[in-house]
Amino acid sequence: MTGRKLARVLLVIVFICLIAVPLVMKRLAVRRAQVNNSVTGTRALSRYGFQLQEVSKSSGVNFKHEAPTLDHQLDHIMPQVASMGAAVSVVDFNRDGWSDLYVTNSGEGSKNSLFKNNHDGSFTDVAANLGIADVNESGTGVSMGSVWGDYDNDGYEDLFLYKWGRPELFHNDAGQKFTRVSEKAGLPAWVNANTAVWFDYDRDGRLDLFLGGYYAEDVDLWHLKNTKMMPESFEYAKNGGRKYLFRNLGDGAFEEISQQAGIDTRRWALAAIVADLRGTGNQDLFIANDYGISELYFNDGKQFREAGKDTGVGFSPKSGMNASVGDVLNQGRYSIYVSNISEEGVLIQGNNLWMPQEGTGGDAIKYENLARAMDVEIGGWSFGAQFGDLNNDGTLDLYLVNGYVSADRNLNYWYDFSKIAGGNSTIISDAAHWPAMDGRSLSGYQQKKVWLNDGAGKFVDVAQAVGASDVFDGRAVALVDLWNRGVVDVVVANQRGPLLIYKNNVAPENKWVDFELEGATSNRSAIGAEVKLFWDGRQQVQHVSGGSGFCSQNQRRLHFGLGKNPQIDRAEIRWPSGKIERIDKPTVGQVYRIKESV
Amino acid sequence: MSDSAIKPVTAPAFGLRFDNRYIAPLFITFILLVGHLFYGILESYERTALAIAAAIVTELVLGRIFYSKWLNLSSAYISGISVGILLRSPAFWPFALASVLSIMSKYVLRVKGRHLWNPSNFGICVLLFLAPETVASLSVQWGNFKWPLIVIWVLGSIIIYRAKRFHISATYVASFFLFAFLRSWITGDPVQAEIAPITGPMYQLFVFFMITDPKTTVKSRKWQCIVVFFVAFAEMLLRLNQVVHAPLYALFLVGPTAMLIEIFLESRKTLRSVEAT
Repeated sequence: MTGRKLARVLLVIVFICLIAVPLVMKRLAVRRAQVNNSVTGTRALSRYGFQLQEVSKSSGVNFKHEAPTLDHQLDHIMPQVASMGAAVSVVDFNRDGWSDLYVTNSGEGSKNSLFKNNHDGSFTDVAANLGIADVNESGTGVSMGSVWGDYDNDGYEDLFLYKWGRPELFHNDAGQKFTRVSEKAGLPAWVNANTAVWFDYDRDGRLDLFLGGYYAEDVDLWHLKNTKMMPESFEYAKNGGRKYLFRNLGDGAFEEISQQAGIDTRRWALAAIVADLRGTGNQDLFIANDYGISELYFNDGKQFREAGKDTGVGFSPKSGMNASVGDVLNQGRYSIYVSNISEEGVLIQGNNLWMPQEGTGGDAIKYENLARAMDVEIGGWSFGAQFGDLNNDGTLDLYLVNGYVSADRNLNYWYDFSKIAGGNSTIISDAAHWPAMDGRSLSGYQQKKVWLNDGAGKFVDVAQAVGASDVFDGRAVALVDLWNRGVVDVVVANQRGPLLIYKNNVAPENKWVDFELEGATSNRSAIGAEVKLFWDGRQQVQHVSGGSGFCSQNQRRLHFGLGKNPQIDRAEIRWPSGKIERIDKPTVGQVYRIKESV
Repeated sequence: MSDSAIKPVTAPAFGLRFDNRYIAPLFITFILLVGHLFYGILESYERTALAIAAAIVTELVLGRIFYSKWLNLSSAYISGISVGILLRSPAFWPFALASVLSIMSKYVLRVKGRHLWNPSNFGICVLLFLAPETVASLSVQWGNFKWPLIVIWVLGSIIIYRAKRFHISATYVASFFLFAFLRSWITGDPVQAEIAPITGPMYQLFVFFMITDPKTTVKSRKWQCIVVFFVAFAEMLLRLNQVVHAPLYALFLVGPTAMLIEIFLESRKTLRSVEAT
């Protein structure tokens, strides 16, 4: 055999081996997933340190979300347009020390629910008695989500309800009832919103409110003037709803100042998160946009400046559905998790885990997407996600829900969706051009992800092993200690599906400490306050959030898992006012209730 | 359109020689820059650079081994950049693998001295078919502005006309529209939905670069048009079966089939003429 012939034979062998590479990689990935999820029940508890048990029915929570029925011109694609509205937020509305749940519904005339925690593992829906159930009357739009914040600093959390329709503010009257104060607050008549966050942007001690529009505010989805209300592009759309920044004037009224403050965008906002990302003491605003790039607004206390491109988070357009922050590597810095769409064989956007780059900070902070490197990239058609220490081992885990439209299991709309999504704006922006769904699923019946953080830069999906095995169309996730046991339970709101409560059973050897903060000079909800905990040579920062993830809000209380036999050095609290307090050697297994010193 | 179809020409006004083989690489680079600077269509600079580098290195190495010379790299550059634009994946390895497979296919999958598949079409289709959990094809649109779209179509048409391949692109585009109307009639879907894909950047690369590649198209002008009509027809059949990457797969199936038929007919003709003499 001549040298050239030999080379040709070798070339063919290498060629065949290279073609086999994707198959080998797929096989390895499947085997890894099988190993991670091969155990269940008590074995999962001992291997992963926790186990989830769905207890909604035994807790007396029988809530099923209803989707709206919009203008008949959208009938052919109704399931994908009327695909949001299942939301959950956590609040202790009556200050009894136990977390309650507010859940939105979206059918015309349907009722929202406020599940009051009865302290014994059961819940009672008290929304109707308190006046915040019947909020989806025909002509006023339907609920999309809610956030709680004590805007008048009276000690009781008030309810802001955002809708595809008329936004509402309800004043909490000492936990006894709610009074609608939307007009007094000066809220707009109609916003098609899918995100809102309470935060004190100017640190004046009063909570302000960000509200993000999805569809343009002149679109009444029940009475369309025409069908040109869809995004003008799948990845570059700027014809969405406007944004609002309501400055709290302190007398129950709010002033809308978004344009003066530098927030002027019409991207399709689906989730916003606020956190002090640069360590300035001011709360920066991150917006995950559907059909486009994310936006990051630096806040100097008065003005906002868009820095998405400069920081790296606002360049590659995807379909942002979620924004949540967590100190993923226990570095005292926040990473941002944005969920997107991945569908095998069609569209692999991958989710983003924006980690601050080493050596960058302040105004020069840069982010890099480490979702792939840390194995939290591929979810599905992903929506809500939250960071929380599910097994109390001292690192933040990540719970992600997936699934868009679950209809006929055997029929798939993806081909038609991909066809229209590639079209020019004149085609894609008109709903009349969209092929009919005809009962087909679009990324339906998808499994969820429960990514366990190994603390060394990798996450492992253990959803099936630990019991998060539902395949409903997940939307909002909230983490909350519903039974005051020193663990975080998981509540999931599903579109056209039930509200699920996953009770978390955590291995007792892993310890914890919690902090419940109340502002004095700062806003009373302490939204924006940070606790940095130092223990066993480790540190972790968490903050009190006025809204996190897709259409959700976690418990106000900050929960730190500590691992086995921890020795806590100190906790440093930084209040929104700028004050810093320190607690030396806090006791393990305690909830610290701390009021800001005046 | 590819490298070796056009002879080098001289531009006497400036006394500089301009090799027409570089028109295609320059044009595809222009598309890439317009697409990325205006709309950020690339997954990332790094991934596209990796795809180009992998293609060029593979071409250099294989050219050296099998032809004992350093080959002109414009063809490899086009293959690499096509992979870098058309493939979508958050991972790096698919870009390198697709580029390497693209170039290797020219050396491995050969019949009577001719390679059968358009290189980047081969590499991309292999990845789409075998690694759907990791890769997808470019399926987004050119943002909201029409002018870049129009400029690219016009410029591309002029360049491809000069390269004497315009009839191929024109036949394909006309066939696509014909079959789009037919699909709309069959499925009942709006015709706009059927036309929508061709307004995206993927089709511009497909129309100007993949289906016109001289090395992997048949020789006769008439048959070039017929073959590309069958590419559009195969695409229609695939689309009716809801295959997302229909155009790429259609070319993958029809292109080599046409090449094999031509090679077979040519060899028979040669045999007959040998027998006659």
